[in-house]
Amino acid sequence: MMLDGALGGPVEQEYLLQARQMQAMSFMVHIPLVCFGIAFPAMVLFLEGLWMRTGDPLYKGLAKRWSKAMLILFACGVVTGTILSFEMGLLWPEFMATFGEVFGLAFGIEGFSFFMEAIFIAIYVYGWDRLPDRVHMAVGIPIVLAGITGSLMVISVNGWMNSPTGFRVDNGEVVDVEPLAALFNDHLWHELVHMYLAGIIVAGFLVAAVYAFAWLRGRRERRHRVGLVVALSFAALASPAQLLVGDWAARTVAESQPVKLAAFEGLEETTEGAGFDVIGGIEIPNLLSLLAFHDPNAVVQGLDSVPEDDRPPTGIVKASFRVMVAIGTALAALGAWFVWAWWRRGELPGSPWFHWAVVAAGPLATLALIAGWVTTEVGRQPWVVYEVMRTEEAVTGAGGIPVGFASLALVYAGLIAVAAVMLRRLARQPFHAP
Amino acid sequence: MLPELALALTLVGLTAYVVLGGADFGGGFWDLTAGGAERGAAVRAMVKRGMSPVWEANHVWLIFVLVMLWTAFPEAFGSITSTLAIPLFLAALGIVLRGGAFALKGEAATIAEARALGATFAMSSVLTPFFLGAAAGAIAAGEVPVGNAAGDEWGSWTGPLPLLTGVLAVATGAHLAAVFLGADARRAGREELVRAFRARALGSGVVAGAVALAGLAVVNSDAPDLYDGLVSGMGLVCVLGSAVFGLVTLWVEWRGRFELARYTAAAAVAAIVAGWALAQEPYLLPPELTVEEAAASDEALLALVVAATIGMALLVPALVWLFRLALSGKLAYEEEPRP
Repeated sequence: MMLDGALGGPVEQEYLLQARQMQAMSFMVHIPLVCFGIAFPAMVLFLEGLWMRTGDPLYKGLAKRWSKAMLILFACGVVTGTILSFEMGLLWPEFMATFGEVFGLAFGIEGFSFFMEAIFIAIYVYGWDRLPDRVHMAVGIPIVLAGITGSLMVISVNGWMNSPTGFRVDNGEVVDVEPLAALFNDHLWHELVHMYLAGIIVAGFLVAAVYAFAWLRGRRERRHRVGLVVALSFAALASPAQLLVGDWAARTVAESQPVKLAAFEGLEETTEGAGFDVIGGIEIPNLLSLLAFHDPNAVVQGLDSVPEDDRPPTGIVKASFRVMVAIGTALAALGAWFVWAWWRRGELPGSPWFHWAVVAAGPLATLALIAGWVTTEVGRQPWVVYEVMRTEEAVTGAGGIPVGFASLALVYAGLIAVAAVMLRRLARQPFHAP
Repeated sequence: MLPELALALTLVGLTAYVVLGGADFGGGFWDLTAGGAERGAAVRAMVKRGMSPVWEANHVWLIFVLVMLWTAFPEAFGSITSTLAIPLFLAALGIVLRGGAFALKGEAATIAEARALGATFAMSSVLTPFFLGAAAGAIAAGEVPVGNAAGDEWGSWTGPLPLLTGVLAVATGAHLAAVFLGADARRAGREELVRAFRARALGSGVVAGAVALAGLAVVNSDAPDLYDGLVSGMGLVCVLGSAVFGLVTLWVEWRGRFELARYTAAAAVAAIVAGWALAQEPYLLPPELTVEEAAASDEALLALVVAATIGMALLVPALVWLFRLALSGKLAYEEEPRP
């Protein structure tokens, strides 16, 4: 099926690769902040709930402090998310012009979720001690809900790009648009659950890493322990579950995007009982078939099943897939260690090894998150809309992409540096429970 | 019918952004011009107090406008963002710098840090509305043809009309901010700040009015069709309405009725947005693309309008609550006492 493009079809763009890299960089900066948007409100609310139940002021003090960090991270998420919205049009105008009406509904709903988040997060954070306790706690609930619906909607668009439905291409034109069919596409649910758990894992381990590091530096007051246990509990419960969801995701990809799955393994030829190359040529026979189809002898489609022009770059996809799986598995083990210790002894493991592992888990979880997105996004190439529109057909005809890329990179480097300093300072402020 | 409904919703969002988001940028303008660290401290603190709880929600109106445009009028959206890539990208960078600096400057520990972040916040608060305004002016001037970067990447937004629209965006934002902050200062019982913002509101009101009038002259020479729309029918009603509300604002500011001035100033600015839309009717991207032609399919429009209506029903009460809390000083930002 040939697509004409609402703006008149492909244009010359010397810097397509830079446009993709600029989009990728913008996304990598934003996505860890999304994790905090997904998980942090629930963690803060959990602490506030503990305070309401027990009346112990330490919980409230911690909730207040976390909510301050939450607001700073939310603000960073707001501005970096805005860059992404602009880039949709600035970098990929033909994609937006041709398909905006198909997937736009999801962004519309996301817009309102974002509104709710912004409104209630402000009331929540500035409303401490000014609103009645119960009202204040209730204000936190829409933040959590809006985080869920917002990510649901954005994920829906990504799912749609991988599994485009809700329209037909007729004579080069997009017709028969069904926004609801596009919204509830086949990739929505596994991507949503996968990302939602990833959000909890990343935010949980990053917050836990701060407290684990404090423990290692000898700061072992009760509040450090509470901070560590609460953050770790969220991450530790989500990380083993993520293995199951990852399996679900891989099987869906195997069915609907066999070429992407082949890129996960770098599988050149269609193979019966395909193996999995763990690292540097150590291959476990039949594992890929088992993972993808739950059948060790299943036939896995190879890259050669499509013309060369339709294949994704395999090196980076294969590497990032391994990074994600390896870290994800390690985090699940770490989570299980914590849950086991807690369940057996009702206490944190006391060894420095455990705390060092938690310190490492924060950045590693972030790396796995980014690797996962690289896997799915680069694995979809050369398509922006899978098997319908190529990235090169979507890109802008405007000049100056390298200049834009460089200036955004500079601004982001500054933002990250300043935000890091300020968050560190916030963490060092003297603690006082009300 | 559906295209007009979708456009009306987009314009509601745009007006809200120009008024509420514009006032937040205007706050940055007064921060920039407040003078040295000591002399300007009170004004800056008031700006911060006024903006802190609301700027993120106000900013979302811009996202709302973008989403409405790309869903309901995708062809126009792609044409605008590709031809006007430069001013829009600069505005987007400005948004990052403004928001980032504002959110982080609260944690600054030294004067030097506070100055650097404050200056970043203030400068980007002036540049961002300028570039957004210039982009809007370029559309009004008929500089955005349909196509992927089909217009002139520099010439499209550097003519007299776009530049003047950019200045108008800065001026109206500053005026709105001064009016709002004056009323906030009165509620907070800070009479010396009431006087300071009253003077700023009057001065910026005169400037904004003058820029708007100059704008009419520029429109006359730069975009004759738009001018015809502005001096006849509903376009004229809006122009006159804006002038009347502008004058009334100056009058009630003078008389010290600051709460009332909030609404008249907002109405004066809203009338400019409405007047622009009505004057270039039926075109979305003059001189070629009409609203009807630019509109997405009915299925897409219907889904979007229904979703937006439900969304508004949830949003408006929440926003009203936020503003009531903020205006009554319940969300006033105060540093935690440090032991």
